[in-house]
Amino acid sequence: MRVSSTKRAYLQGVRDGLPFLLVVSPFAALFGIVATEAGLAVTETMAFSIVVIAGAAQFTALQLLVEEAPTIIVLASALAVNLRMAMYSASLTPHLGRASLWQRALVAYFLVDQTYAMSVARFEREPDLGMTAKLAYFFGVVTPICPMWYAMTLVGAVAGGGLPEGLALDFAVPITFLAMIAPMLRTFAHVAAAGVSVALALAFAFLPYSLGLMVAGLGGMVTGAQVELWLARRQPGQEDAP
Amino acid sequence: MTDRGIDPATLWLVILALGAGSFGLRFVFLGLVGDRPLPAWLLRHLRYTAVAVLPGLVAPMVVWPAATGGALDPARLVAALATLGLGLVTRNVLVAILGGAATLYLGLYLT
Repeated sequence: MRVSSTKRAYLQGVRDGLPFLLVVSPFAALFGIVATEAGLAVTETMAFSIVVIAGAAQFTALQLLVEEAPTIIVLASALAVNLRMAMYSASLTPHLGRASLWQRALVAYFLVDQTYAMSVARFEREPDLGMTAKLAYFFGVVTPICPMWYAMTLVGAVAGGGLPEGLALDFAVPITFLAMIAPMLRTFAHVAAAGVSVALALAFAFLPYSLGLMVAGLGGMVTGAQVELWLARRQPGQEDAP
Repeated sequence: MTDRGIDPATLWLVILALGAGSFGLRFVFLGLVGDRPLPAWLLRHLRYTAVAVLPGLVAPMVVWPAATGGALDPARLVAALATLGLGLVTRNVLVAILGGAATLYLGLYLT
């Protein structure tokens, strides 16, 4: 019985992960294309997608590398984009924290937006699910998504070099980022954080070493947190989101 | 491959350090901290990191596009606004990307 319930959880995860291929595949291919356009070799592009396995951070790092920002700014910006992963890690810990160390390390490596979102929704809906089943479900969601991330990066990297001029690929990165930002603007605090970030980035664009982005990032974070506190004080009945 | 401006050593340093750092962020609570609750102020700031960094990264690219030598370009500006608008309305990343790209090509064709 134990084996079949684990298998069932795994297959359910695979099914729940499949629709994300529509998002992940073009996004990965786009990274492959943009990286190739920036002059990266196929092995370098693949190393990016396999070692980092986080689209937004990869695009951020690549963009700043092209702008010849100092390495420390490239890393600080891309890691700031990935700080949300620490939140995902914290929120999965009550469910998977008792798995073995290598299992937790594997979960951590494959912890991306889609695998997190599906798993946490499932675990909260079915708190009685055993830990083995939860792990199986998580790796079920991983199965279609993450290998496709590598494969489509490769397709983009190989096909990218042959694309004609005039496709305005310079603007693929801004469009991709804007498309990712829009659904994140869930509350007024998120909108305020984004607005302050834009204003500071433009106002401090004259700073050397892309330091304007650091100012914008810190200003946006503090703004979001303060607006959230301010809204919570105005609506005392409203509980802080977890 | 001759026109690349990115130094290979820097590139590999970024790939490896970013990979290690990203893994660290993903592993920190699951692997090391365990079940202990996080301070509320920290979580409150973590919630806004992505919306604080990404718009700041993208804004100069929209207002001063490298492809036009930094001059404001109507086609790119309208495409950016269309992408943002579609993303806000549909909450669908793919729809926003495709709509933004279509707007950009239409704008480049018309101007």
